[in-house]
Amino acid sequence: MEHELLRNLRKKVATEKYPFIKKKPPEGLRGKLIIDMAKCIGCGLCVFDCPAGAIEMIGKGTAADLKVYLDRCHFCGQCAESCPSKCIVYSTEFELANFDKKNLTIEFKRKL
Amino acid sequence: MDEERVIIPIGPQHPALKEPMNFMLKVEGEKVLEAIPNLGYNHRGIEKAATVRTYIQNLYLAERICGICSIAHVQCYAQGVEKLLEMEIPPRAQYVRLILSELNRLHSHLLWVGVAAHEIGFDTLFMYLWRDREIVMDTLELITGNRVSYGFTMLGGVRRDISPDMAARVKKEMKTVRDRTQYYKKMSSNERSILKRTQGVGILKPQDALALCACGPTLRASNIKWDVRREDPYLAYNEIPFNVVTSDGCDVLSRMIVHYDEVIEATNIIEYALDHMPSGSFREKVTRRIPAGEVVSRVEAPRGEDIHYIKSNGTDKPERFKVRAPTLGNIPAVCKMLSDSYIADVPIILAGIDPCFSCTDRVTFVKGEMGKGWIWTQEELRRYANRWYQQR
Repeated sequence: MEHELLRNLRKKVATEKYPFIKKKPPEGLRGKLIIDMAKCIGCGLCVFDCPAGAIEMIGKGTAADLKVYLDRCHFCGQCAESCPSKCIVYSTEFELANFDKKNLTIEFKRKL
Repeated sequence: MDEERVIIPIGPQHPALKEPMNFMLKVEGEKVLEAIPNLGYNHRGIEKAATVRTYIQNLYLAERICGICSIAHVQCYAQGVEKLLEMEIPPRAQYVRLILSELNRLHSHLLWVGVAAHEIGFDTLFMYLWRDREIVMDTLELITGNRVSYGFTMLGGVRRDISPDMAARVKKEMKTVRDRTQYYKKMSSNERSILKRTQGVGILKPQDALALCACGPTLRASNIKWDVRREDPYLAYNEIPFNVVTSDGCDVLSRMIVHYDEVIEATNIIEYALDHMPSGSFREKVTRRIPAGEVVSRVEAPRGEDIHYIKSNGTDKPERFKVRAPTLGNIPAVCKMLSDSYIADVPIILAGIDPCFSCTDRVTFVKGEMGKGWIWTQEELRRYANRWYQQR
């Protein structure tokens, strides 16, 4: 016990100064997802496998656009696993809180 | 004498309980004569929800049955589906899953001992243990990328591999955790205030533990050597040497000692597994449709034996999914422990089985009108079931 006490005396404050000093998120953290529409083949497997129903497909096949509802997404990463063309990637961006639900919908459109 | 008997409700909301659960305590003075449990405050309809989701989606549902033993539940579910598929996952995936399961046990046990220390008012120990639990949480974050819902176990293997860099760091952390736990164990078994609150409290004799189907550390603290990892080995547990820890005190103190010893044992298992990890792939492809059949799979979750039953009808969704979480197995035992104890000891006895009620609640009767609930005896339930089948 005395040993712990002495060690704690010499220690710095454990609380992180979060919004000012940001810690690097761990590799493999699943944050906001990014879809590369150039690679998307429009198979719809991500929509089929998503446990939360967070991905919506607008249109059909290779012409389809994707809409992601981040408020529903629980960041399990199954869409990235299911995607046959590996066009879905999870970034490590995790600061996604927002006051408006609309801002949490991301649309991924194909460039024509 | 009957006038002196009073019924005290503990819960559904009570400082001693972290989750809603109700115990009606019949007391005479300070002494508890009998405890009657009431379950069902945390029913979430997971079993029904599982039948309308695909096997892949259910992985994430199974993970969310419990936040603390998430790895154990998802392992149990995935193991069941893999049994239905009659496949063996690659040896490396088995080792990775095993390491994750043991890390899960580590953080759950450290959490429990901390909570127990908090319940008896020893908050210094609580702070120390939770500080050290943070090391384990960081390790889990390092391997899986997340802190609570790992999304790591997939059907047919695991999502990511453990690299040599990670392995080296995990090993270093395991040594720290082991050294500190040994110190806490030594301290806990000598510290007078802990002994006074835990020794001889919540006695569960070995014959009672067997008769009431207790499981996990509660059973092992009653000096019965029973562990699913040893009796029905899954993953690579038959290739790894480990001891099944028991203690013969039958009280809360011996439950604490069992948890400490299991933490030490788990760090040894992780180190051994990291050293002997086979090379090769860590994931295999799995079909979406699962062949018809039924399966019971069980694993040793940190709190005890966790059982999942899956019935498949050949489609991509299960026909029936049933979970028996370890806390449910321990509830008759905790009622036995509560009878003949003192009211002041109720919080630590309740905490003693490491309860997790969100895992436990499964059955509730609800009908149209609000506020209508009732209880069925087993006989009535059986009659209802027979009638339902005849009319089908």
